[in-house]
Amino acid sequence: MPSRVGVVMFPGTNCEHDVVQAVNSLGGTAELVWHGDSSVSGYDALILPGGFAHGDYLRPGAIARFSPVMEAVGRFAADGGPVVGICNGFQVLTEAGLLPGALQKNRGLRFLCATVDIRVETDRSVLTSGIAPGTVLSIPINHFEGNYTCDAETLARLQSDERVILRYVDNPNGSIDDIAGVCNEQRNVVGLMPHPERASDALTGSVDGATLLTSLLASALTSANA
Amino acid sequence: MASPATFSVVVEVRLRPGIADPQGATIERALPALGLNGIAGVRAGKSFRFDIVADDEEAALAQGTVVADRVLANPVIEESSVTVTAKPAAG
Repeated sequence: MPSRVGVVMFPGTNCEHDVVQAVNSLGGTAELVWHGDSSVSGYDALILPGGFAHGDYLRPGAIARFSPVMEAVGRFAADGGPVVGICNGFQVLTEAGLLPGALQKNRGLRFLCATVDIRVETDRSVLTSGIAPGTVLSIPINHFEGNYTCDAETLARLQSDERVILRYVDNPNGSIDDIAGVCNEQRNVVGLMPHPERASDALTGSVDGATLLTSLLASALTSANA
Repeated sequence: MASPATFSVVVEVRLRPGIADPQGATIERALPALGLNGIAGVRAGKSFRFDIVADDEEAALAQGTVVADRVLANPVIEESSVTVTAKPAAG
């Protein structure tokens, strides 16, 4: 049975259909979940896609965190369900307290839209479980607030627990310790700034993102059968 | 017990020291073009104003601080200050 993936959509989310298409093309079954829904039952994994949830008003992710669906997302995560936040979804997960740290404005004032190299640092997360550490993936970024930051204590913990799952090979945005993606302590909640769904079809120039999403689909089935 | 009164609240949110502030840096770099020299340390922030009905100033400040800490500022990258003043009674 294919993994059922809920793709959480807020007002202002704009990458949801890309994610649905990528998941479906990789053998999963994706459905949109509206931010006003208070249940996410029936899904094996959740993806919070990119965009500008609630217009990014106040701060990226700041208002989205109060959307009714986020309580259900929090429960799903607490029960061990795989949750992945991509770009704005990563910002939402940090604001909601499901991941540590925050995303500040890029070093160098620029909105960045480019394909960059990302190194997989660990296979111990729902998004990287099928990928050998050290593998370099070519995946697009598209953000203004992608510069990950956290306090020194949090960074030390992320490093010692191997919770930095993805690093930029050539840091584009000033992110602390070249961090492109992190996971929570249980390793089932992941946030990353790069857009794997935009590198999931040969037509888009790279299929490296598909390896990440394929790992997620496999993790989703494992967790659903656990 | 005091009867509830209305208090004006101003919450100022600014980036913590060390957090990149491209807006402040850009403004600072533009100032010399106006002949305004010797200005340093420009930091951009946000200010929020709202009214709170509370029993006293202390209660208004406590509630305003919750709004600042839980919604208006992200403590990882921002700090905030809350100022409360009694509004003159209507009528």
